[in-house]
Amino acid sequence: MIGFSVNGKRVNLDVDPSTPLLWVIREQLGLTGTKYGCGMAQCGACTVHINGDAVRSCVAPVSRAEGKAVTTIEGLSPDLSNPLQRAWLEEDVPQCGYCQSGQLMSAAVLLRDKPKPSDEDIDEAMTGNICRCGTYPRIRKAIHRAAEMVAKGGAR
Amino acid sequence: MIRRTMNQGQPGAGMQRRDFLKASVAASGGLLIGFHFPGISALASAQQSPANTFMPNAFVRIGTDERVTVIVNHSEMGQGVYTSLPMLLAEELDADWSKVGFEPAPVDAKYNHPAFGMQMTGGSSSVWSGLEQFRQAGAATRAMLIAAAAQQWNVDAATCRTESGAVLSGSNRKLTYGHLAAAAAKLTPPEHVQLKDPKSFKLVGKPIKRLDTPEKLNGKAEFGIDVKLPGMMTAVLARPPIFGAKMKSFDDTRARSMPGVRKIIAIPAGVAVIADTFWQAKVARDALRVEWDEGGMQTFDTGKMMQDFRERAKSPGSSVRKDGDAAAALASAAKKIEAVYEVPYLSHLMMEPLNCTVDLRADSCEVWTGSQFQTVDRANAAKIAGLAPEKVQLHTTFLGGGFGRRANPQSDFVVEAVHVAKAAGVPVKVIWTREDDMAGGWYRPAFLHAIEGGVDASGNAVSWRSRLVGQSIMAGTPFAAMMMKGKEYDPASVEGVDDLPYAIPNVAVESHQPEINVPVQWWRSVGHSHTAFAVECFVDELAALAQKDPYQFRRALLQKQPRHLGVLDLAAQKAGWGKPLAKGMGRGIAVHFAFGSYAAQVAEVSVSEGRVRVHRMVCAIDCGEYVNPGIIEAQAEGGAIFGASAALFQELTFENGRLQQTNFHTFPVMRMNECPEIETHIVNNHEKAGGIGEPGVPCAAPAIANAVFAVTGKRIRRLPIRMTEAV
Repeated sequence: MIGFSVNGKRVNLDVDPSTPLLWVIREQLGLTGTKYGCGMAQCGACTVHINGDAVRSCVAPVSRAEGKAVTTIEGLSPDLSNPLQRAWLEEDVPQCGYCQSGQLMSAAVLLRDKPKPSDEDIDEAMTGNICRCGTYPRIRKAIHRAAEMVAKGGAR
Repeated sequence: MIRRTMNQGQPGAGMQRRDFLKASVAASGGLLIGFHFPGISALASAQQSPANTFMPNAFVRIGTDERVTVIVNHSEMGQGVYTSLPMLLAEELDADWSKVGFEPAPVDAKYNHPAFGMQMTGGSSSVWSGLEQFRQAGAATRAMLIAAAAQQWNVDAATCRTESGAVLSGSNRKLTYGHLAAAAAKLTPPEHVQLKDPKSFKLVGKPIKRLDTPEKLNGKAEFGIDVKLPGMMTAVLARPPIFGAKMKSFDDTRARSMPGVRKIIAIPAGVAVIADTFWQAKVARDALRVEWDEGGMQTFDTGKMMQDFRERAKSPGSSVRKDGDAAAALASAAKKIEAVYEVPYLSHLMMEPLNCTVDLRADSCEVWTGSQFQTVDRANAAKIAGLAPEKVQLHTTFLGGGFGRRANPQSDFVVEAVHVAKAAGVPVKVIWTREDDMAGGWYRPAFLHAIEGGVDASGNAVSWRSRLVGQSIMAGTPFAAMMMKGKEYDPASVEGVDDLPYAIPNVAVESHQPEINVPVQWWRSVGHSHTAFAVECFVDELAALAQKDPYQFRRALLQKQPRHLGVLDLAAQKAGWGKPLAKGMGRGIAVHFAFGSYAAQVAEVSVSEGRVRVHRMVCAIDCGEYVNPGIIEAQAEGGAIFGASAALFQELTFENGRLQQTNFHTFPVMRMNECPEIETHIVNNHEKAGGIGEPGVPCAAPAIANAVFAVTGKRIRRLPIRMTEAV
């Protein structure tokens, strides 16, 4: 049995500890917002947080989450109130949308660590997340916009 | 994808066949309205079946809760059709936009593409083909709601008006659409409706936010890979390592005993491991030992193939276009130049790898997948299931990218899933790993363009001869008969050079079509993805030969092409063409017509230590009448990035019949830190609507390559760009 928390809820699972966390989240826990894109930490579609760190869950064995707190896109905010989600809405960022869960989860760590990120900070934090539709210019704008919202105190 | 030709591409051509509208009360008590085409009785039969509330042939449903649901017959793969098509309907309906939602259409002949005669998404055609359809549906619905209100109030319908989801009369009468839905459903639909004057549009033409964004920000949007059914298992396949290889035997001793593995079976596509979860299936698949009969492709090598292409280009091909005498004009030209351009096979590389879920029963089959080819996929699934197509329900999920790959003429990813479901005996989802997806074929074909051209003593272009060598996409598909009728070449191979817009008196275009056993397919912008590169780079080379500015040289040759000229000037002006740039930076320009729209781009690049960096791209787009400029901007940007990714990074190569690339590390996509600043400028006019999903792609490669020349004086004649190969 492997125990950890997901979006604040405690889970105990009977699962092969070498199984990638991604597939446990998607198949055992039914949280399909976290996506499979490459299986080798190349594209970032599977990004989740483990104890607040952005982790590519496609290469992280579920055992790595043992005793820790996992946050997925479903836990970012249930009602789209997170400043990043609001900024994504205002900039109308997604196209196909498949990569956006991972983009948001990477951006969330960036904003927490650097509340006023520069373009270089955005490059550094977001370069691991591929978007095939080419939404990068809008993602960049949305991150800046979310940072402004936070700075103005309109959001946590 | 599928070419829009003059005779079939008239927007709304299909609408002329519409003779009347029918409406019916849905089980919810709301109003369903749709088009009824003569000779199709599905609506009538659906009316006899009250359980079938999502009736085919219907484009809108209004609930008593005021919800207006627009049923969309094109797939949402990022291009925004779940917003732009509802906007058209809501505009004519005068709906309250905050109450408008969307729903993917089921598969039915009445949702067929009005120009292409089947239900599909491609060819950058959704908006222009849906313009009339969705506007008419909205206007007819509005007329019925007005009639219902007029009846209740006992007033002349002509005294009623509509606004934001309600019918109004005088100063104090108002009934919302939800209140009127049931009464309106009992009325006879109007034979003719008056469409709005575009000047009075409230939604169309505005950058309305996409309807599908919220669910794409919280993990709720359901893609094919997210489908979950009770008792479902997951399958992963061992696929042939070489195209055309067949399974000889397999040893599943290890795989069989692995946890979660339920069945291992051979199907035509390979060996399928069916397990409780994806990971179990994948691990067991990797433990299989399969022996393949390699067939005839085990020596296939893309390097040798390109050598063969170069040889072929030395002899004349099938004539595609012949104006004047290109050979004679070249012989007498003051200066001449020849260049050979090469582009590789490319993977569509959608972020969501291919997948398909099937629930096969004795007399029914349900399929969930992100399809661009519903009619074809349903028919092919039915064939394998041994059922009539009507017994197959295909549910279109969100597509995690499509780019043409999910419009497969053989429905490869659907057919194999039905085969697996037959053996599984339970609902099953087949998931392709990224590596499976990349090696699975159906690529943008590799192409070679050998071009010769000449200018006279005053620097006027006098001769152009293009010889193209590359595989046909249409050959061998069910569309070959229609698309290649009477032609010795594939129009999809030569599109974008057969209509060379430049005023050059002597032009010859010839095509060689080698047969190679690598499955090829339409890839975002199809033939234009390589013809624009060759044509726009060669025009640049001719300009240099004539010692003229590449923008002005194009201008002079496009005097009779006002829309080409319009976007060319717009891009040049916004980019500050001719103004000084920082040291080490250069500008390149390109212009191209594709899918009914005109595009031009200016790229600004620097080259350092052999590495090309794109700093800025200025895009101009003229797609005629448009619906949502926000979506157009997104598509123009996305298209430029898609084209730039291919130009800078992407190539599939084969050695000994085996694909050398496996995943994003060997087939890279442009990333955030490599992404240039992009600005898009839209031409505002009332020309016939064109496409937007693809036209942004073709100019990127030539604009970047021409900018590299501006900085380095070296020509790029092969993609992806490698400075070591520049000449």
